[in-house]
Amino acid sequence: MRNAIGQSVNLPEQAVTDESLYLNRRTVLKQLGFFGATGLLGVSQQASAVDWFTSKQNKTTFKTSPLTYQKGMPINEKLTPEAKVTSHNNFYEFGTKKSDPVENAQHLNVKPWQLRIEGACEQPLTLDYEQLLSMFPLQERIYRFRCVEAWSMVIPWIGFPLVDLLKKVKPTSNAKYVAFQTLYDPEQMPGQANRRIGGGIDYPYVEGLRIDEAVNDLTLLSVGLYGKTLPPQNGAPIRLVVPWKYGFKSIKSIVRIKLVEHMPPTTWNILAPHEYGFYANVNPSVDHPRWSQASERRLTSGGLFARNRIDTLPFNGYGEYVAGMYKNMDLRKHF
Amino acid sequence: MRKDTLALKVGIHFISLSLLINIYYLAIIDQLGADPVEQVLHFTGIGALNLLILGLVITPITKRIKTPLLMQNRRLVGLYAFLYAFCHVFSFWAFEIQFDLALFLEEVVERPYITLGMVAFVIISLLAVTSWSRLKKRMGRRWQRLHNWVYLAAILAVWHFYWSVKSDTTEPIIYIMLVLAVLFFRRKKLMKFIGS
Repeated sequence: MRNAIGQSVNLPEQAVTDESLYLNRRTVLKQLGFFGATGLLGVSQQASAVDWFTSKQNKTTFKTSPLTYQKGMPINEKLTPEAKVTSHNNFYEFGTKKSDPVENAQHLNVKPWQLRIEGACEQPLTLDYEQLLSMFPLQERIYRFRCVEAWSMVIPWIGFPLVDLLKKVKPTSNAKYVAFQTLYDPEQMPGQANRRIGGGIDYPYVEGLRIDEAVNDLTLLSVGLYGKTLPPQNGAPIRLVVPWKYGFKSIKSIVRIKLVEHMPPTTWNILAPHEYGFYANVNPSVDHPRWSQASERRLTSGGLFARNRIDTLPFNGYGEYVAGMYKNMDLRKHF
Repeated sequence: MRKDTLALKVGIHFISLSLLINIYYLAIIDQLGADPVEQVLHFTGIGALNLLILGLVITPITKRIKTPLLMQNRRLVGLYAFLYAFCHVFSFWAFEIQFDLALFLEEVVERPYITLGMVAFVIISLLAVTSWSRLKKRMGRRWQRLHNWVYLAAILAVWHFYWSVKSDTTEPIIYIMLVLAVLFFRRKKLMKFIGS
């Protein structure tokens, strides 16, 4: 099974984003001289187009490092350019706008880091930063990543299956669910210090999986993407990736994994239970009140005219590996 | 036309059009962040709101500082509010929905925040097509009655904004307050309008 789903790609040169294009944009804007006009229309936070005019030249100062990993099998889908993957992020700890994390997370301190695995297990464990990267052989997994907001990406993650880590701590029979928690550090994360910046969410961000979901081979703990360690806006130093669920399940910058007996609380479910369920399986036939889930826009390269609206597949296309876990459940009810 | 009126008109045309052309240009060449569609939708939507509110503060300001300069440009500002709103709706259909008419209609009907926005857009469109001076004369009192619907359009537009936001509602709330302020200046007129 691992071979079939550890699909990956030997990156063609052109798949990697041309970063110079991105940086170039600001120069173009400066030449157009639009600095002065923006005040007149009073363009707001969300119309962040105008922010590009004034944003600092080098947004990404965080140093990532290359990883050694096993490449996977190619898949037939075009990768989302790296610059898009690392500049379009929902990481409300650093602000609610998609471009906030890349701007505000660059100073996140990931060394030292401690990831504690505890709860219903025989051998609780604490991993430091080096161990996160070296304890397990790393592999590349190219997954579709579907956001509940109806956009999607194709991302070459690097990491190891969560099950490998869980085996180490030896879960007891009481371990029915796995609870995850993001770093809580308001000094580093402005969204945690200020409710407005953080979108009114109660932090720390928490997520959870049922134990069978957690030990599914698709479930990845990711420490990198595009051949390098994760940048902070993507959840450095370690995050979860659950490719058949909506993106918000893939909790970032994890400090705690706890094996528990009862279904743990999850952040978006607390915030709006009628909109975000615990399972959050990608399901084209169950709409979110704000977004039809029947189709999605795949963010790859190509601008406004990219013909990139595609049908959304049940379980984000991973049904053959995961549908069995839900066969006796009404997924309209347990959305 | 007086020199200052002309200058202001040229200024309004230049700013409104250049910002709009700029955003589409950047979106087309994929230089607008990871999701140009989202950026265009936000920019045109908020731009339409800004222009709508700007158009609505012209009358109360003119009542205080007695110059015809602003009043002479009110229609132009209103028409640009319509143009931005049109670009907002068109971009949603063309680039978000990608010309799938069935899905577009489904979204308009099924997502309450889109329904509200659409109603606001229909109202603003009616005001735009009846904005010719000649038509205004011919319509007489009915023209004013029709154009009073702009207040409802403004309320629906900010409500649409408020409902479209996932969590942080600070910004839509600021816009709601702006619209309420604009309506407050016209409270007498509004009471009469509602009463009639």
